[in-house]
Amino acid sequence: MDIIVEKLVKTYGIQKAVDNISFKVKTGEVLGFLGPNGAGKTTTMKAISTFLIPDSGNILVGNYSVNKDAEYVKQNIGYLPENNPLYEDMPVIDYLKFVGELQGISKEKIYDSLLTVIDTCGLEAEKHKKINELSKGYKQRVGLAQALIHNPEVLILDEPTTGLDPNQIVEIRDLIRKIGREKTVILSSHILAEVEATCDRILIINNGKIVADGTTVDLRKQAQGNDIIKVKIEGGDVNDVYNELQKIEGAAVVDIIDADNSRFQIDSNQGTAIAASVFQLCVKNNWILTELIPVETKLEDIFKELTTE
Amino acid sequence: MNKIWIITKRELQSYFDSLMAYILLILFLGFSGFFTWLYGSDIFFIKQATLMPFFNIAYWTLFFFIPALTMRLLSEENRMGTIELLLTKPVSNWQVIVAKYLASLLLIFAAFVLTIPYIISVSSMGNLDLGQVFSGYLALILFSSMMIGIGLFTSSIGSNQIVSYLLALFIGIFFQVIFQMLGQSMVGIGGHILDYLSTVSHFESMTRGVIDSRDVIFFAGITFLSLVFSEIMLIRKRFA
Repeated sequence: MDIIVEKLVKTYGIQKAVDNISFKVKTGEVLGFLGPNGAGKTTTMKAISTFLIPDSGNILVGNYSVNKDAEYVKQNIGYLPENNPLYEDMPVIDYLKFVGELQGISKEKIYDSLLTVIDTCGLEAEKHKKINELSKGYKQRVGLAQALIHNPEVLILDEPTTGLDPNQIVEIRDLIRKIGREKTVILSSHILAEVEATCDRILIINNGKIVADGTTVDLRKQAQGNDIIKVKIEGGDVNDVYNELQKIEGAAVVDIIDADNSRFQIDSNQGTAIAASVFQLCVKNNWILTELIPVETKLEDIFKELTTE
Repeated sequence: MNKIWIITKRELQSYFDSLMAYILLILFLGFSGFFTWLYGSDIFFIKQATLMPFFNIAYWTLFFFIPALTMRLLSEENRMGTIELLLTKPVSNWQVIVAKYLASLLLIFAAFVLTIPYIISVSSMGNLDLGQVFSGYLALILFSSMMIGIGLFTSSIGSNQIVSYLLALFIGIFFQVIFQMLGQSMVGIGGHILDYLSTVSHFESMTRGVIDSRDVIFFAGITFLSLVFSEIMLIRKRFA
């Protein structure tokens, strides 16, 4: 089930939380929402979940509009809100049953659904405990379980892994990826590594606007046009090497990182494969190329670059 | 209807789990029983086979107890954020409101069922007018329904239970006392309107055994309006 967000606008007072956002998520895609605090991630997700009514714009979930066919959208969405609100005084299993019944699961099927979801979320040992007796990680699992109970076509997860320990994070990520193969998943996170590990596509928003959209590979290219390599060249005078490196066609900036060990950093112009030229230069001058490290731009850098003014 | 019942069931469960239901039932029965049978202008004092003392004490007991019952219905959901979960399930705002209203009403109804021994006792002592008993209970149910409506509305406003309780009492006291007082000191159409808005006269005429459609419409109308206002408060949250 595809999700199409068209020109979504939402203002709180004078502050524009979401400013004319449009994007599309296809079935079988896991979309990661990245952005600093207050960027508009949660607002957008609340609007898709039908909870928040936007000022203008439309959201289609499988060709049904959240404004006109909210009932249909609600039936097909699994939603984990920010801060994972739960009825804390209820036992886990009663709560999940309550949600299942609300989602319209029939009496015959409800126990199967409960067992499946308790199994997938690893709640077997805790199912009779009251929710307020659970640790944060287990509460998070309950939140995830209630979003999954009716086997929805679309999953909206607002920071699904907060409060989980590293092992649980890995489990939940695997689960999300598994679900994401057949369904449409949107998740938000501050943790860049997480988005990188789970999502097919990343959407970075800042001040209510989309500032980047694409796969991690796309984003790297987009943010950093230059290829950067670090080299260590021995067998020649540092200054000579430096001068020669600067003469290479396509080398935009050459830096000496460490003169004693003759280490250099070379930024190439976009699209030029600088490594080959460096190698040939060394062969020509009989220098020894002992290190050649391509520098990957980290997602953190891209994020920082796109979301700071 | 099915969705409403699912939510109502959960609310009732939560009343009993949190002991709120037991506390209410014990306090209500204790309080009304004490003043009906043992103290003040009780049944033995007035020496008539009538449940009037019970109706009169229940009227005020309910006035103070019902807001305590309704104060957390929506304010707690607002505070915990669970309202977001509830409203993103396939239920409408109106279904949520009605379900919560019904849960409180059913609990109050259970309290009334537990006073059936009063009827049996009094009727064994003298010639009890069952018609009057029926209309008296109807008055209690209608009055409770109105107070639940008001309580639900004040609970929908914010996220603080105490504020909700006090606000419900504040609105309630206008219907109980203030409209009547103002009505008496005013003449003409304004006086009539204020008189009509006072619960006392409606309640008294019903406990005397007179079921007048105007009285029923009054209680049902205030209830309905409160529920509509509660729904508006819910919808408002989805815009901000």
